[in-house]
Amino acid sequence: MTIGILALQGAFAEHADMLDRLDTAHVTIRKLADLERHFDGLILPGGESTVMGKLLRDLELLEPLRERICGGLPVMGTCAGLILLAGEVEGGAPVFATMHVRVRRNAYGRQDDSFDTEDDFRGIGRIPMTFIRAPYIVSVSGGARTLAETGGRVVAAREGNQLGCAFHPELTGDLRVHRYFLDMVRAAENHI
Amino acid sequence: MAEKRYELNRQLAQMLKGGVIMDVTTPAQARIAEEAGACAVMALERIPADIRAAGGVSRMSDPKMIRGIQEAVSIPVMAKCRIGHFVEAQVLEAIAIDYIDESEVLSPADDVYHIDKRAFRAPFVCGARDLGEALRRIAEGASMIRTKGEPGTGDVVQAVRHMRAMNAEIRRVQNLREDELFEAAKELQVPAELLRFVQENGRLPVVNFAAGGIATPADAALMMQLGAEGVFVGSGIFKSGNPAKRAAAIVKAVTNYTDAKMIAALSEDLGEAMVGINEQEIALLMAERGR
Repeated sequence: MTIGILALQGAFAEHADMLDRLDTAHVTIRKLADLERHFDGLILPGGESTVMGKLLRDLELLEPLRERICGGLPVMGTCAGLILLAGEVEGGAPVFATMHVRVRRNAYGRQDDSFDTEDDFRGIGRIPMTFIRAPYIVSVSGGARTLAETGGRVVAAREGNQLGCAFHPELTGDLRVHRYFLDMVRAAENHI
Repeated sequence: MAEKRYELNRQLAQMLKGGVIMDVTTPAQARIAEEAGACAVMALERIPADIRAAGGVSRMSDPKMIRGIQEAVSIPVMAKCRIGHFVEAQVLEAIAIDYIDESEVLSPADDVYHIDKRAFRAPFVCGARDLGEALRRIAEGASMIRTKGEPGTGDVVQAVRHMRAMNAEIRRVQNLREDELFEAAKELQVPAELLRFVQENGRLPVVNFAAGGIATPADAALMMQLGAEGVFVGSGIFKSGNPAKRAAAIVKAVTNYTDAKMIAALSEDLGEAMVGINEQEIALLMAERGR
């Protein structure tokens, strides 16, 4: 199994470290030619969603990746990555718009309002959650289901092959969310 | 300062990696920068090239001007305070700035002491010319480092020198025996624990960007290939002929910094680059400020 990590900008190396710890191969995606390499799942990292959205368009990665996600490619978006997946974005423009969630960018405020906490993640248990100028999920619709809430806000959701977290599982050292995603990838492989 | 807050501040810098932080002086420039793909903007009244030209004492920007930029964009906004001027830093923290740059670009307010950055909730980025400076700033509480380079010149030579110096020293430290580490810490005037982190991990404990004199997509890619985790571009963008196009080209060059074909295409028709001043022609070396 190989995981593609979108490496246009942001904390992509941190995801690679997590995958290394899980003995999982990974490749980085920075340009169209990188899509010729095989990968079974995709990670959209934290960073600035405006930057990644622009580069996805300019480097002509947006449509091919969108098609693959719609075709069932398992994908995990963290923080900015969740914003890329969201169908509706308050305070920004939708990018892939493949997931039936409405998110609010910079929902908690500026850096002064960044925080970390612990809360329950359905199917995993209590996990540490780090929020950096984070979004949250305002509403979940269609086939999307809430996986985690904290402080009365939805902070993780899943819709079929898509997993979105408002927080950064790649920063806490806790491997369980990545393991959960790799299970999604394995399940998709068996399905095919 | 709480350990957790420092961790969150270090982590914000991690989110900026692979990105370009651009100097802007107006909300309109900030929007151009954001649309071009800047991962953050540095709000300041005058870009370094103009500070250099104007001479005199340069200070923190008007908070109202900074707030205007905070309102104009959704990406993180940074602002500069003078070296050692902890009240300017308090002011920037009071307006909820996302990152404070304790910067040699402004006139130093203290010729001995840097700000005790651990006393703040707001994150700090500081310039450094070598490993010793970088680790001293980190010991004081900086959660991000950048090379000093030579701001406002459009000449990349000093940023290159600083990045190479830092990385050469990191490689040297990696090869030290355990019992040699303490002497090295003494020589570098840095805490031994920080040096041990460098020895074990082969990198600084915080994100390290390149800054000072970067003017072209190739300059930006050069710094990335030399090991920078992202770049600051100051005067290089808004002192050039076509800021929006140059800014977008530099952003793409930082993402695909090893793809020479792409950088070639990005470097076409960018219009006039900033004029630039050679190191030998400068009266004022900003990099000499703060040690």
